[in-house]
Formats: sequence, C-alpha cells, structure tokens
Amino acid sequence: MTLAIDVANATVHYGSLLALDKASIQLERGSVCGLVGMNGSGKSTLFKTIMGLVKPDTGSVLVNGTNPLQARKSGAIGYVPQNEAVDWDFPISVREVVMTGRYGHMGFTRRPRKADHEAVEQALARVELTEQASRQIGQLSGGQKKRAFVARCIAQEANIMLLDEPFAGVDKRSEATITKLLREVADQGGSVLISTHDLHALPNLADQAILLMRKVLMQGDPQLVLQPENLAMAFGLDPMNRGEDA
Amino acid sequence: MNLFELLAEPLGYTFMVRALAVTVIAAILCAVLSCWLVLIGWSLMGDAVSHAVLPGVVLAYIVGAPFALGALVFGFLAVALIGGVRDTSRLKEDAAIGIVFTTLFSFGLVLISVTPSHLDLNHIIFGNLLGVSAADLWQVIILGAVTFLILILKRKDFTLYAFDSTHAHALGMNPRMIGAVLLGLLAMTSVVALQAVGVILVVAMLIIPGASAYLLTNSFGKMLVISPALAALAGIIGVYVSYYLDASTGGMVVLSQGAIFVLIYLFSPRQGLVAHRFAVRRRRKNLQHAG
Repeated sequence: MTLAIDVANATVHYGSLLALDKASIQLERGSVCGLVGMNGSGKSTLFKTIMGLVKPDTGSVLVNGTNPLQARKSGAIGYVPQNEAVDWDFPISVREVVMTGRYGHMGFTRRPRKADHEAVEQALARVELTEQASRQIGQLSGGQKKRAFVARCIAQEANIMLLDEPFAGVDKRSEATITKLLREVADQGGSVLISTHDLHALPNLADQAILLMRKVLMQGDPQLVLQPENLAMAFGLDPMNRGEDA
Repeated sequence: MNLFELLAEPLGYTFMVRALAVTVIAAILCAVLSCWLVLIGWSLMGDAVSHAVLPGVVLAYIVGAPFALGALVFGFLAVALIGGVRDTSRLKEDAAIGIVFTTLFSFGLVLISVTPSHLDLNHIIFGNLLGVSAADLWQVIILGAVTFLILILKRKDFTLYAFDSTHAHALGMNPRMIGAVLLGLLAMTSVVALQAVGVILVVAMLIIPGASAYLLTNSFGKMLVISPALAALAGIIGVYVSYYLDASTGGMVVLSQGAIFVLIYLFSPRQGLVAHRFAVRRRRKNLQHAG
C-alpha cells in the first residue's frame, strides 16, 4: 500500500539558514502522527514542504504516491491553519468557511450544488457546529474555531489532514472533541499529521510521534518518543514538567 | 422649484447625463473591487497602481494604443517593482510603494509636459466629468463591463484568496495567479475611474465604499451589495450638488463618499463609535449595579 506522506531526505534552506536537514518521515494511511519540536525546529517548514509551498533543495516528497501538485489538485490535502494565520474579523460565516472546502469539487464560478450543501451540513454536524453555522467565524470560541476548520477538511473529503497547532487556545472539552474526531478520521482510513506543543494530548491521539530538530531525531510510538531523555534532545529540557513555558 | 424639477433640470444637458453615467459606472466598479482591497490590506496598493498607470496612459496616447493596455502594463510594472524593491532590500513595503508609485507618476507628469497633445494634465489629475465625450463614455462602459463581469464571476476565488490563500493553494489553485488577476483588474478599474475623478481621487473610490460596507455587515456577500449601492448614491449626490453649487464634480463625489463613511463610522449599529460607547457605558452601569 502506498504511503500517505513520504518525505525522503528533504533539505530546505531559507537564504543561508538551514530549516530542514535531510528530514525523512513516513505517514501511513489510517494513522495519526504528532510532530513535536521547538519553535524554529522546522515543523512549519515540513508542512510547507508537504503542501508544495516550499521546494526542498534536495530529497523528494510524495503525497499519496504522487507529487504534491497532483495530490493538491485531487483534493487530497486538507489544511487547518494556526490561529495567527487567520483574519478572525473577516466577514465570512462558519458555513461559508466550510463551503470553501468544496471548491475543488465545483466549476469555474464555484457555484455550490446540492451535493456540496449536503456535504457542508454533514461536516458541520460531525463537528457539532450546526447551531453556530451562521455566525461570523470570529464569534466562535477557540475550540469551535478549530472544529470549523476541521469541518472544512471533512467537507473537502481530504484523506490527508495537516493541522498546525490544533490545541493552541483550546479548552479541555474541545480538545477531547477534536481528539475523538481525528481518531474517527484515521479509523476511516484518513491520515492526520499534527504539529503540537501539547505533549499530554499526544499519547491518547497519535499512533506515532516524530521528534524534530531540523532533522528527524526520532519517529515511533508516542510513549517511547516522549520519554524525558528523548525530549531533552529536542528541547534541551523536559517540557512535560514545565507545561506551557517549554 | 419642486424636487422633480430639481432632479430633472441637469438631465436636460447631454454633458450632465454623461457625467452621471460615468460617475455611477466608475463608482460601482471601484466599490465592488474595494471590498477585496480593504480586506486583503491592499489600500495602499490601490493608491500606488492608480497613480502608476499615468505614464502608461500617456504612452498609449502617444503611440495610439488603447489606454487600458498602457495602464495594464504600467500597473503590473508598478506591482513588480514594489515587490522587487521590498524583497531585495531592507526596505519595508510601505517605503517601496512610496518610492515606486511617485516615481512612475512623475514620469507620467514629465511625459505629458513634453508631449504636444490635447491631453490636459488637469483633466487627468482631477478628472473631467463635465467634458466626457461619447467615445469616452463607450470606453468606460466596455472596460467597466468586462472588469465587473470578471470580478463577479470569480468573486468566490478572490474572496478565498483574501481570507485564506494557503487553503487555495492546498486545493491546487494558484494563489499568485489569482492575486495577479486582481491587480490587473485594479489597473483596468483605475482607467475607468480616472475619467470620473482623476488620478488623485481614484484611491478614495477604491477604499471608502468597501471600508464603509465593512463597518455595516459581517457578510461578504452583503458587502458586495452595500458597497456599490453606497458609492452609486454618493456619486449621484455628488454630481447634483456640484451642479447646483458650481463646485468641482470629482471633488464633490468623493466628499459625498467621505460624508457617508463618517455617518456609518459614527452610527453603524454594531461597529459604530456611538453604539460602541453606549455598550461600554451600559456594561459599566451593570457592573456598578452588580457591585
């Protein structure tokens, strides 16, 4: 079976700055993988490389067995942005945001058909945002905002989901809802890659964890990867005991 | 004189009818585009492109090419130069914009001054609503219609580009291309609006209506209706007032838009300053009662 994501020996420079150093990661279908590392460890760069926003100097990237452009055009890649990357004052409703997930299924003028409306309503129901669907996107709580973007991936029918810090600014209840949702996605054959600072949530959520420090230090079972001595390699100390400060 | 006569009298003159037509077309077109410009944060870009098209228009006049072509070329040139200066030096974007558009605009001024022609500098700078010829009107109508049609047909893509260009990329679209098309339409719009209010005031018509509508609604679809409606209303008021006061027409049109913005800024039900103050006072009162 082809891998969902197969990054081999990818090296990325920004100018003279080395952002990724011969990084190799494999993500199997139907699994959740947590990407752990400090700020500046290359998490975002790895996401951008998988999405084709950044071209690696060396190495190769395969998504669903094809190049990133083909994978994007087939609608396979769903993306949940970081809080900071979203203009929360934008005059757009939750339902409209989810509808943008369907654009790949639509024609020249992106006019939604019946199937598109149905897919959006189903996605909203799955993330329990049906009641809030008409609200402007900024009028949701932190957890609801994340769920709205997860709903967009579901409506898109993306089989690979990339989530950048999905637990930042999210309360415990929403965190549990999102965790359950992502597990369901994986159980139905979808593949999920999340970058996170929230190490406590990982063992319940992820099948695998990757420790990143410009190069891949470790990839394996979350329990094993999140051992204090391993985290010390990536963070220089044990962040499990330091909470958010790490 | 009753209201009907007041409104009908200017329409007895062909130049007034043409002035009204050009104003309304330019106002609606600019207002639709302004919804995206305001949300993307391209207000200054609107200013830059609308000024930078000047040498393009003059050169097109000299070689006998369509104005729109010259404007497009120089509109894109300005955007490319701004990006170039920003990316290859330590200067920030606002400085790059300031350098590029003033230089191109000055190039246009110099070109006009050394070109023996019927081009009247004042008309280009401040607009020439009362001197619109039938040919001018047709150019405005055709250019305006084409630009308007593209904006409306591809509005969903432009809105996604403004809201989340990374998602557009993830769907296999080309966000750079969408941005380039939008800038091209900005250059075309500048040519249309140039007729009405002149180079200097185009930027007002490209920012004020979208900004006003943004303060009134949380729905982009509604913005796309409110913004051109406000702009058309302001345009008509401006033309009539200028007729009866014998004042600058382009100036009066923009002044009307500005006046409407002030009203909305103060009295918008949700975003307005007055509503905001009341809400703060009510909260304070509630707190005092609670305490």
